[in-house]
Amino acid sequence: MATEGFEPRRYGRRVFLGVLAGGLTSFAWAPAASRILAPLTSGGSQLLGNIFPVGGWRIYTISGSMPVFDPASWSLTVDGLVERPVTLTYDDLRRLPAAEQVSTFHCVTGWTVRNVRWRGIRLRHVLDLAGPLRSARALRFVSGEHPYEDSLTIDQALLPDVMLALELDGSPLSRPHGAPLRLVIPEMYGYKGVKWLERIEVVAEQPTGFWENLGYDQDAWVGKSNGYG
Amino acid sequence: MAEQRRLLRFTRTERALHWVHATAFLVLLATGLALYLPSLAELVGRRPLLKNIHVYTAVAWAVAIVVVVVAGDRRSLRRTLREIDVFDRDDRDWLRRRQAPQGRFNAGQKVNAAITAAFAILFAVSGTLLWLGERDTRFRFAQTILIHDWLTQISLLLFLGHLYLAVIHPSTRHALNGMTRGWVDAEWAERHHPKWSGDVPPETR
Repeated sequence: MATEGFEPRRYGRRVFLGVLAGGLTSFAWAPAASRILAPLTSGGSQLLGNIFPVGGWRIYTISGSMPVFDPASWSLTVDGLVERPVTLTYDDLRRLPAAEQVSTFHCVTGWTVRNVRWRGIRLRHVLDLAGPLRSARALRFVSGEHPYEDSLTIDQALLPDVMLALELDGSPLSRPHGAPLRLVIPEMYGYKGVKWLERIEVVAEQPTGFWENLGYDQDAWVGKSNGYG
Repeated sequence: MAEQRRLLRFTRTERALHWVHATAFLVLLATGLALYLPSLAELVGRRPLLKNIHVYTAVAWAVAIVVVVVAGDRRSLRRTLREIDVFDRDDRDWLRRRQAPQGRFNAGQKVNAAITAAFAILFAVSGTLLWLGERDTRFRFAQTILIHDWLTQISLLLFLGHLYLAVIHPSTRHALNGMTRGWVDAEWAERHHPKWSGDVPPETR
């Protein structure tokens, strides 16, 4: 019922249409807004990040549960076309020459985490222990989360910023981040970076990985593959 | 016990619409959080199953909403829509000072209904794009997941507020009867929704 001086107005639809328009146009302004908001959440530690998705990380898995890391029984096997297959314990890996880098992590689904501090081992040191044969062309990375696997050519694996990471932002990898060991390839989308890494098989022909079997690109260069660029 | 006077506040169609939406929202929220929060993802696992439940619930939600609207009492829904749409001087005063006689919906409920409806569409659009983006790169946009997340976070706050007012807050929780059984206590309605309660013939049971 109307009261004098104020005609009833259709504000309900304005609220509805306003929120709708704000949401739809956010496809244009969301990236800018998230850049402004990012510093507010990126300060979160890895520990906090295991509870809330702070710092932009999303955790994707393909199986029922994440592998559990047991330092006593865990090992990394390097085999295939090598002179001497090796099995490395967690302590063995810790004794190899360590490297550190700060790089940006890009997920193919669109999110990005900048300035990630990784610490780990260059692949070269691990491969040298096993001694790849002359016929070796590619590496097959097998996850403890079955049946996840992916692969790189040897040339790709020896890029200067490719790393077998043991630490993220100053602490050992947590379970959701692939404890104790994951592959990091900053120039490629994250699905190439196998988590819960357990085996590196040296092969003559590059095999198809888990996501490649579902239509994702073998060479997952950031901005130049999977429909981007 | 003295006979309690009751007023019918929500028709069966209105209640069906509310509970279809509420049930779907809760399932989508639970599965969504289990996919989204690392702590829950680690605890629950079973990601492919959760994702399937999430997607199929969304489809079931859309179908059920259409079924309720088509098969239900559309006249009562049109009346509801009109009431939510129109704000008069009392609604304006209520938003400013919380003190003005209100109709069947107070101004806050109208705003909440409008936002909820818009969010449902935004969730559907961004969710559909996420689904399509996994299948065709032309539908893959970096910000879709961000927008879906923001909607979730804001919805969670709105939902908690709604839950508090409907179940806990002493002066508003009487309204819960209206959404479960349809009727509300007439005396409560006269205090909180006087512009509506005066128009309804009291039904006593």
